[in-house]
Amino acid sequence: MRENLHRFFRAARGAGVRLSPAESIDAMRAVSKVGFADRTILRDTFLLTLAKTQDEKKALGDCFDLFFDQPEPQSPPEDRKADEQDAEGSNGASDSPGDASGGDEQAEGLGQLAQMLLAQDRNQISAAIANAASAASLPDIRYFTQRGIFSGRILDQMGIQRLRDDLDNLAATNPALAERLTNALDGLRGTVRDTVSQALMLYGREEAENLRNEILRNAPLSRIEPRQVDQMRHLIRQIARRLRERYSKPRKRQRRGHLDVRRTIRRNAAWGGVPFLTAWKRRHRDKPKIVALCDVSGSVARVSDFFLLLIHSLHEVVDDVRSFAFSGHLIEVSDILESKSPEEAMAEIMSKVGFGSSDYGNSFDDFEREWMNAITPQTTVIVLGDARSNNLDPRADILRRIAERSKRLVWLNPEGRMAWGWGDSEMPRYSTFCTVVRQCATAKQLERAVSDIVASYQ
Amino acid sequence: MADIRPSASIEAVESGLAAQGYIASRQIATAVYLAQQIEKPILVEGPAGVGKTELAKAIAAWRGMKMIRLQCYEGLDEAKALYEWKYAKQLLYTQILKDKLGEVLGGAPTLEAALNQLHDFGDVFFSKEFVEPRPLLQALEQPAGCVLLIDEIDKSDAEFESLLLEILSDFQVTIPELGTVVAVAPPTVILTSNSERDLGDALKRRCLHLHIGFPEQKLEERIVESRVPGISQALRKQMVSFIHEVRTLDLKKLPSVSETIDWARVLVLLQAPELGHEMVKDTLNVLLKYEADIEATMPQVSTFIAKASRQNVFG
Repeated sequence: MRENLHRFFRAARGAGVRLSPAESIDAMRAVSKVGFADRTILRDTFLLTLAKTQDEKKALGDCFDLFFDQPEPQSPPEDRKADEQDAEGSNGASDSPGDASGGDEQAEGLGQLAQMLLAQDRNQISAAIANAASAASLPDIRYFTQRGIFSGRILDQMGIQRLRDDLDNLAATNPALAERLTNALDGLRGTVRDTVSQALMLYGREEAENLRNEILRNAPLSRIEPRQVDQMRHLIRQIARRLRERYSKPRKRQRRGHLDVRRTIRRNAAWGGVPFLTAWKRRHRDKPKIVALCDVSGSVARVSDFFLLLIHSLHEVVDDVRSFAFSGHLIEVSDILESKSPEEAMAEIMSKVGFGSSDYGNSFDDFEREWMNAITPQTTVIVLGDARSNNLDPRADILRRIAERSKRLVWLNPEGRMAWGWGDSEMPRYSTFCTVVRQCATAKQLERAVSDIVASYQ
Repeated sequence: MADIRPSASIEAVESGLAAQGYIASRQIATAVYLAQQIEKPILVEGPAGVGKTELAKAIAAWRGMKMIRLQCYEGLDEAKALYEWKYAKQLLYTQILKDKLGEVLGGAPTLEAALNQLHDFGDVFFSKEFVEPRPLLQALEQPAGCVLLIDEIDKSDAEFESLLLEILSDFQVTIPELGTVVAVAPPTVILTSNSERDLGDALKRRCLHLHIGFPEQKLEERIVESRVPGISQALRKQMVSFIHEVRTLDLKKLPSVSETIDWARVLVLLQAPELGHEMVKDTLNVLLKYEADIEATMPQVSTFIAKASRQNVFG
């Protein structure tokens, strides 16, 4: 039974529930108190001991249902109930056609597996599959490519070799029985396949998801396939959530610290310098102020989607963000991003300024005329763009003034360093004024860049 | 494992709480049962007014134990939650015992001898008599056990959480001058949170995590029945299904169980025979606490009443 619990814990981890060993010990203790007789109580017990948030409760509940979901076997012996769960949903498949009458006498001298198949004892077959599955360490399955291997291993464990020999012998002596056995074997293969698929769903999900996300994180944003866009959005949102969790905690001003002698004496001058009231030194902490300029022109159209999504999430993390979008000219988009859902906001911004050919000089000029006073010495300015200005005047002088006014100027460029300065790229000219210039082509780089910016204010 | 009859014990919990006027869902009862069995605190989360605090009171009343409540707020610290030294008493005693001290030390020829003699008396002034127990320490000292309610833990500072870890996992606290105080009888600990901020993983790990949401219609009817006995069955059904309709709206603060009960009391007081349009409009402010919410609900009132009474006919 404990083995099954361990497998369930592993499946739960696969479903995205964070489980520490201590929690699984607690769950074990709890389960030993409530027993296995009542499934709803068992489910509640797991939800209480393992899940720590509403989301986790839901994921765990689904996982539980999948794990313990099985068609009720006829007259189930109580202690074997759990052992059979590996064969869940597949009992029907093992039901091979063929009349069960007769043939039992001829089964003499056959292998165990052949006898079992001919006897059509479902419970026995399920139990055998479960045993073979754990002997083949089925819960170790991680990727869908391993399905064949594991099916083979399970069948080997069950003694398929002996069955084949039996089949060969029977084919000569008793063709009818041989045919029945072949049918039964087909059924058995089906059952094992289902068992393996289900195990993959339970245990392999985490790995498969991690692998996919890892690949996606490192994939260039500009070359994402359309079918991956949704996944990518999901990933960016995850990144945003992580940033928010890390940086949006209410930070209290430090209350304890060093005595501010000068202010203490000053404050207590009325009592002749006897320190009744104390004054403490406080560490000054800047509140993050961010101004983001995002290129949404045709040349970066495929990336700007994700840039905007990330800026949208920045609005949730940091209080003081002003964001601007430009291609030929520049507009402020803070309100749109703040009031609307990411999809709506992006569509609106794109329809207003998107897809044009970019003119960095003109856009910077717009910015300087209208919003230059948004930049204070505490502001970090982020420019997201490829610096391809279609050979128009780059107006690097405005960027210099922006850099002088601000705390930091960060340029995130989706192009590789090799491409900077080639063709109409003005990157070398701009980069002299930037505090940091980063290549920012993948989700991972994007996360690093934004995390660094927000962290510099902590 | 066959000898365990958990379902019976859980039902016992359910009926025990029901006797105190607390109608618990199966999940709540399971949590209470488990908390007792494996001696772990319960962390109750959920919207305001679904009976998180009531649960602790009901458990205390049912088991006939004392309830000790610690209300958390920003700035709550060790001295207010755990223990404090009785400084005034210490000071007073030193003054009174001054002469006695002189007598005791009088015989000592040298300063060193006096010091040694003084050491023999030990730390008289840092003994149990001078400790002022605050709720957490009080809870450990109850000989018959108790229900310790740590209310709205999310309101306290993150540092306070760490202070709780020792008491939650081992039911003990360590006072530097005295040593470790272990619970006489492990208290039943209930922590409540409105999820105003995320609690630390270390705290969550030590607790059973119970989420109490808005109850289902049947359960809520039973709650109203137990809390407001004077209400007629038809009206009860109507008002509960009306409230369930209101909860489908996108409001600032959804009405929770406590509002349902208040409303039921109001309706009984006004001797309403059934849910009328005017009646609802007049009493909506019992249910909804924000002007904007009331405005948003107003136009829907007729539809909701119609739905509620229709359901009453068929259900």
